[in-house]
Amino acid sequence: MSASTAPTAPAVAPPAHPGVRGPSLPRLTAVELRKLVDTRAGRWLLVGIGLVSVAIVVVQLWVLADDEQTFTAFFVPQLLPAGLLLPILGILSITGEWSQRTALTTYALVPRRERVIAAKLAAVVLAALASVLVTLAVAAVGTLVAKATGGSGDWSFEAARLFHAVVLQVLGVLMGAAFGLLLLNTPLAVVTYLLLPTVWAVLAGMVAALREPARWLDTSVTMEPLFGPEVTAGQWGRMAVSVLVWAVLPLAAGLVRTLRREVS
Amino acid sequence: MIEVEHLTKRYGGHAAVDDVSFTCAPGSVTGFLGPNGAGKSTTMRMICGLAPPSAGTATVCGVPYRRLANPGREVGVLLDASAQHAGRTGREVLTLAAITMGVPRREVDVKLDQVGLGAGAARRRVGAYSLGMRQRLGLAHALLGDPRVLILDEPANGLDPEGIFWMRGLLRDFADRGGAVLLSSHLLREVEAVADQLVVIGGGRVVASGDTDELLADAGTLVRARDGEALRRALAEAGLAATGATGPAASPGGGLLVQAEPGVVGQAAADAGVVLTELRPAGAGGLEQLFLTLTGGTSTKETTA
Repeated sequence: MSASTAPTAPAVAPPAHPGVRGPSLPRLTAVELRKLVDTRAGRWLLVGIGLVSVAIVVVQLWVLADDEQTFTAFFVPQLLPAGLLLPILGILSITGEWSQRTALTTYALVPRRERVIAAKLAAVVLAALASVLVTLAVAAVGTLVAKATGGSGDWSFEAARLFHAVVLQVLGVLMGAAFGLLLLNTPLAVVTYLLLPTVWAVLAGMVAALREPARWLDTSVTMEPLFGPEVTAGQWGRMAVSVLVWAVLPLAAGLVRTLRREVS
Repeated sequence: MIEVEHLTKRYGGHAAVDDVSFTCAPGSVTGFLGPNGAGKSTTMRMICGLAPPSAGTATVCGVPYRRLANPGREVGVLLDASAQHAGRTGREVLTLAAITMGVPRREVDVKLDQVGLGAGAARRRVGAYSLGMRQRLGLAHALLGDPRVLILDEPANGLDPEGIFWMRGLLRDFADRGGAVLLSSHLLREVEAVADQLVVIGGGRVVASGDTDELLADAGTLVRARDGEALRRALAEAGLAATGATGPAASPGGGLLVQAEPGVVGQAAADAGVVLTELRPAGAGGLEQLFLTLTGGTSTKETTA
């Protein structure tokens, strides 16, 4: 039933764009970074992470004893809210394409979906790195204010803490992205991600047999050492196992799911 | 420039698209017609690599869509104007696409201007757009990479009559400059006016395809009698195939569409002594009658344009 009847207009196709290449990964990453901030929801999530950091340090300046107002004391507690919100950013960057149905245009422009996913992961990792920089900056300002207002203002800081903070936030945002990629549904991914540690805690509290697996699989337990300056080999090992289960496996399965999924 | 061969999509046991083949040549507008649920969108999604076909192939500019290095520069796609992030501004939507395709940013303003979205509209968030404005934005998005092929799913939806007239001119001009347009619609009048060739689909299958003028010329004869049953018998005795009397899309009053000259049909009725209430070339009713007839057996009831 093919119908290649003669067209009425001159059958001269416009020239193709010679040498047009596909978008590079850095270019796609730039697009994904832009998508993180070009909507109100995305902007406020990022601003929110920063504001919570500032709020924590302000409260600390009020409540901490003068000799406790050190750079390290300002740095560490900020990791917690950022560590909670960054995974949400990771989830949204992935699931937003489906909930807002922009996947239709995104994957029509870039049919090699794995490149889009790689760019998204790169973008949220960069956002996590930026959040650590903000944490450092806010802690530094807090330290300066502490010194000016009679606090300790001590700058001593173990470099390992910075490395651990980076690992914490990068793993967190990747885990969020992995959940988003696997579930492809914003509320489902967010609720699952947030409930998981609680479920572990409750189950491990009730069922003695789960206590040992929880030490290896509950990320809120395995990643806890990252808030301090020292992580033992055993702790790295348990962390690796939990990350394999909660980030690497869902990333792999989610990638397969996204590549195969019909966009409509 | 678009070649679709034996494209099939099955969901479970149900074939949403069943062995669809057609070709879109440079310099032509192809109207892809069918009632809602006929398989138009599914076919277009398969052409654009967004849904894997169960069988068959589709190529654009000679290669499968997913193998195009930078598809936006070859094919402009508008599959659903509402599929945009409600929180982004119109300009931002195009800017993201321009960065992705490697098109200069100034093209964003050129295309916004071309589709009639002013600076004020471009600054507003897409969530505040009317459907007509979203269609215009979607067209700007499709045109952004200066492609050679346009694939547009129901682009006239939500446009006012003036907008439809404008879009018709835009597509005609695109084709006259040598581009190929594949345009789906259930708005029959819209397609009739602009398409060089038609592909009519019903229940997932191509039920007619070819040159628009030829298809309209072959539309046959519409005949109506006081006693529809007697007319059907008379036509059967004369060996004339009649369609349209059954199915949900049957003409009110039991009109029949016969693939024959009005004179032949009238003679058959007279020979059997059947009183006719109407006898005319169906072509006068245009594409709509053809469309209703061809898709009558397989369509849903949403066939009114």
